[in-house]
Amino acid sequence: MESVTKRYPDGTVAVDRLSLDIPDRAITVLVGPSGCGKTTTLRMINRMVEPTEGTILLDGEDLQRLPVTTLRRSMGYVIQNAGLFQHRTILDNIATVPRLLGWGKARSRERAAELMGRVGLDASLAGRYPYQLSGGQQQRVGVARALAADPPVLLMDEPFSAVDPVVRKGLQDELLRIQDELGKTIVFVTHDIDEAVKLGTMVAVMRTGGRLAQFASPADLLSDPADAFVEDFLGADRGVRRLSFFPSAGLELVTDAVVPLDAPAARLAASGAPYLLVTDPDGRPLGWGEPRDLIAGAIVPEGLLPYGRPFVPGTDSLRAALDCAVLSPTGWAVAVDADGRVSGVVSQQAIGEAIRSAHAAGRGDVAEVAEVAP
Amino acid sequence: MNVLTYVHAFFADGAHWQGYDGIPRRLLEHIGYTLLALGLAAAVGLPAGLLTGHTGRGGNAVAFVATAARALPSFGLLVLIAVGIGIGLLPVMVPLVLLAIPPILVTTYEAVRSVDPSPVDAARGLGMPEAGILFRVELPAALPLVLSGVRSAAIQVVSTATIAAYVSLGGLGRYIIDGLYQRDYEKVAGGAALVALLALATLALFWGAGRLAVSPGVRRR
Repeated sequence: MESVTKRYPDGTVAVDRLSLDIPDRAITVLVGPSGCGKTTTLRMINRMVEPTEGTILLDGEDLQRLPVTTLRRSMGYVIQNAGLFQHRTILDNIATVPRLLGWGKARSRERAAELMGRVGLDASLAGRYPYQLSGGQQQRVGVARALAADPPVLLMDEPFSAVDPVVRKGLQDELLRIQDELGKTIVFVTHDIDEAVKLGTMVAVMRTGGRLAQFASPADLLSDPADAFVEDFLGADRGVRRLSFFPSAGLELVTDAVVPLDAPAARLAASGAPYLLVTDPDGRPLGWGEPRDLIAGAIVPEGLLPYGRPFVPGTDSLRAALDCAVLSPTGWAVAVDADGRVSGVVSQQAIGEAIRSAHAAGRGDVAEVAEVAP
Repeated sequence: MNVLTYVHAFFADGAHWQGYDGIPRRLLEHIGYTLLALGLAAAVGLPAGLLTGHTGRGGNAVAFVATAARALPSFGLLVLIAVGIGIGLLPVMVPLVLLAIPPILVTTYEAVRSVDPSPVDAARGLGMPEAGILFRVELPAALPLVLSGVRSAAIQVVSTATIAAYVSLGGLGRYIIDGLYQRDYEKVAGGAALVALLALATLALFWGAGRLAVSPGVRRR
């Protein structure tokens, strides 16, 4: 996008001299408060809104050169409430663009059925009508419909903001999975900075008046906000949020403090840790106990302190590890493997050290993060 | 004797079921006037309603036409035109068509206007041409309301088509007018009952049409 402006006849400027280089085969998120022109920007890409000034180029070619319907059929379009056609079955909704492109009915439906699988919809829903589906399922249909003709570009306008947080998380994870498989060029509009940071390869923060405040990767955005507006928009906990980009694999796990239910007295006394994590015979966590309260051979699982939510080193980030430690009544986080067996425990202090060294390795803002790490 | 016995006597008389003034012939004439007037009104009202509803332009004009046409007295118009150009089908059709246009036009306009905007936005964004949006997205969603507009027009025309008999034409109005003139109240009651039955049959017809034409996804069952 080169210096694109949208001015309405009444003089309102929705987008002001916006220049943006949207990377191929990656997710670019446009984020900002209401009225910042993010949706207008998105809608100028498929010419639902025509720019007043400036040009938008796709692979070097001016969008204005293509017939508008041809252009739109080459770009998937997903909107907030899915916008499904109530009178058509799920399968026929998804087959919309192939049918517009003149594919045969059978081939279009075959393709639609294939996409239902791709977006995680059960094949039994094919003959249902939109009103029979939940909001989350409808939104999956919306995504499938947008992908049906395999367009290189996908435009998504607040697609997940009308569903509840649990369903939203599922849809976000699904989008990332689909993107891993398909590698589309996605432009995604949201007002939710957490969603932007989670999904975006690049994030464009826009401010009221349709101006670009910052265009950066999520990690850079969190570590170096361009100005007070971006910093404020990122929220007070951006230091903690940034930990999402650091892996927890490097944490040094303590195994001395992990004891099986049938541990002998000598083993209970040996570790010297203030708390011991007791596991069942399979190695799964049961709870925390103080060494002086634990009597060898007579440990009652019900008498132990809850161990909170464990994290998986390697899969989860430092943010997840820190969260576990903060939530744990003992201040220690429990690390488990993919099968849920305890691989060790780690203290808040050790996590704090890991955060400091992660920042030292990057060019982080140590002082700020150190505040939240005890 | 009450009305029901008049009606019963009328239907029981075998002479009323055959010949030039028989029930089948008068019924067919009545249905013919109704279909012609409704067809002409739909040919004007449906395209105008769909177009104004889709573009959102001309809403004021639609409201004006509706109010103006509703104020026209059908019978007065019939007499006026008959006096002006003589009797025939035209003086009957003008008031009937003018009676039927407003419900069709206004309901169609409102029906298309009130379609959920998000599927329309999605269709446009996916590259559907405007005509496709109107006929394949808006109309199927608006169809129950559009049909209800045509239905109320049809009911009004069925009951008002009796005026055709005033200008020497046929239809079920013949029984009412002739019956009044001849003081044959069996005939009047019988004719009125037939008009009422035809109106009920029209209702049933539209109910069936709705079942067939409206997608289960829109009917929600």
